[in-house]
Amino acid sequence: MPLLSVENLTKHFAVKGGWLNRTNGVVQAVDDVSFAVSNGETLGVVGESGCGKSTTARLIMHLIARDSGRIRFAGRLVGAAPGLSRRDLHRQMQMVFQDSYASLNPRLPVVTSIAFAPFIHGLGKAAAFKRAMQLLEAVGLEPLQFANRYPHELSGGQRQRINIARALALEPRIVILDEAVSALDKSVEAQVLNLLADLKAQFDLTYIFISHDLNVVRYISDRVMVMYLGKVVEIGPVQQIYRSPKHPYTQALLSAMPSMDPRRRTLRAPLSGDPPNPISPPSGCRFRTRCPFAEKVCEAVPPELLAVAASGAVACHMSAAGSGHSRADKTVAH
Amino acid sequence: MADAAVLPADANLVLKRAQQGKSYWRRVWERLLDDKVTLAVTAVLLLLLVMVVFAPWFTVHDPYTGSVLRRLKPVGTLGHWLGTDEVGRDLWSRMVYGGRMSLLAGVVPVFLALLIGGFLGILAGYMGGFVNSVIMRLTDVLYAFPSILLAIAITGILGSGLQNTILALTISFIPPIIRISESVSAQTRHLDFVEAARASGARPLTIVRYHILNNVLGPILVYATSLISICIILAAGLSFLGLGVTPPSAEWGLMLNNLRQALWVSPLVAALPGVMIFITSMCFNLMSDGLRQAMDVRL
Repeated sequence: MPLLSVENLTKHFAVKGGWLNRTNGVVQAVDDVSFAVSNGETLGVVGESGCGKSTTARLIMHLIARDSGRIRFAGRLVGAAPGLSRRDLHRQMQMVFQDSYASLNPRLPVVTSIAFAPFIHGLGKAAAFKRAMQLLEAVGLEPLQFANRYPHELSGGQRQRINIARALALEPRIVILDEAVSALDKSVEAQVLNLLADLKAQFDLTYIFISHDLNVVRYISDRVMVMYLGKVVEIGPVQQIYRSPKHPYTQALLSAMPSMDPRRRTLRAPLSGDPPNPISPPSGCRFRTRCPFAEKVCEAVPPELLAVAASGAVACHMSAAGSGHSRADKTVAH
Repeated sequence: MADAAVLPADANLVLKRAQQGKSYWRRVWERLLDDKVTLAVTAVLLLLLVMVVFAPWFTVHDPYTGSVLRRLKPVGTLGHWLGTDEVGRDLWSRMVYGGRMSLLAGVVPVFLALLIGGFLGILAGYMGGFVNSVIMRLTDVLYAFPSILLAIAITGILGSGLQNTILALTISFIPPIIRISESVSAQTRHLDFVEAARASGARPLTIVRYHILNNVLGPILVYATSLISICIILAAGLSFLGLGVTPPSAEWGLMLNNLRQALWVSPLVAALPGVMIFITSMCFNLMSDGLRQAMDVRL
């Protein structure tokens, strides 16, 4: 049974404006997203800016209300009465944000920021601070030196370690890292990534790692999910995704990565232009306006996320047998 | 990882031994100490406060008894170094005792408005939605009246006297404080650390107490201190119009009114209460400016 199971998650934001602040349009930020995360794995989530990665993270964390869909943690439905309450879910799942400075209250010493969560969940002040000191040590910051410091007295990497310590304070099972290392220098980023790997082993964690840096995602993930304009286009084991991507968007993303080998340079950018407006996405397959293999059926019918190969899934007519695409298998296998 | 000896057995002890960081308020305090102008005006205000509170020590004559024979003596008269007013009362005594009323009517309304307006504003700012709409629209209704007219209307209905003056001025100052509290709270609500606190499962009241208040009180406090200077002038204005403190109480605005007829006879004496109002109001203004500058610490 997967640790976290997301089914048909949808969130549309209303665009207000005009005369009486009426709703003019709808941003389809997250549209019918489904995936599962197994215990102990790291799920990497990649996609361009605006594809809905961060919104999905906030929906799973229940920081914003979803329009429809179900979320199950360890089999229990979240939100409804007999299942897990929001407050209990937060004890199991925590999040690290991208902006390390804005994530910390500038008026509180960092040890108080870390101890806040256990304190409000019933742990006494002394016990909460003790746990905070232990976590400071676990993330590689000397408690004597760093406990009483304020966020403005720390560097970006140190602050992000504090944020990680804060996320671990409630001893969660899942930690969502929303572009947690994107704002750090490369050397600091490497240190924090190694720290995350150590902590995962030490505390038996499960990660959902959101990033737009494909190299980092390859390094840290077990499985990767690729999103485009609010939909999941491909999901699968990391080696399968990186070695033989099935979806044209994934293929384009991966070939857009600058090559480290001067003998095999990336000469042409395979993907051009910007993603279309999420308020009025293209009909059928949302990627068809930038896809070199788009055909009539792509305009008419939106592709479903179907299983392929070992444990992956693709949402593309080319991989769907019997879809009508010229490159797809002609008959549906029984 | 460090050796086990560092692992805190007693976290509170280690916490005490740990290096202290420099908090935001400490840095504000240090910047304030560097600001000579603010220090000077604060010293003047403190001196004024001491003199006003311990008035009997600083004055010789009774502020309420006067002799018509000694009326409108000029500045520098033997025994009355600031002269006497139109009924013969010593002006220096009346200024010092009058300071009590004026300062009271200047500071207390702002303090009360800060409590009430601050609470309502932070509530509106953090809750948003319907609560915010209700509170802000009610505030807009009060805002439609210029503050002096509002104060006059209220004292006109309730009658004169120190209590009604304070009440009227409090009501006049609640709307601006609500507005700034709501604005600052609404901004703070969207910051990442508040979202992180919500993700920890904290209830709204807890979040306000630990995360919103300490970020919001600074700007609100600065704004409130800037209102004190206006409040002193308004209080004096109300007394000048006969709607505030009643005779024979000493109060700077009232004294200005009473000495109006004497302006041609003894202009210096007649202008003295006005000078006092000006100096006090100016000092509060400068102090509030200095506080605002000190708080503009780039974190």
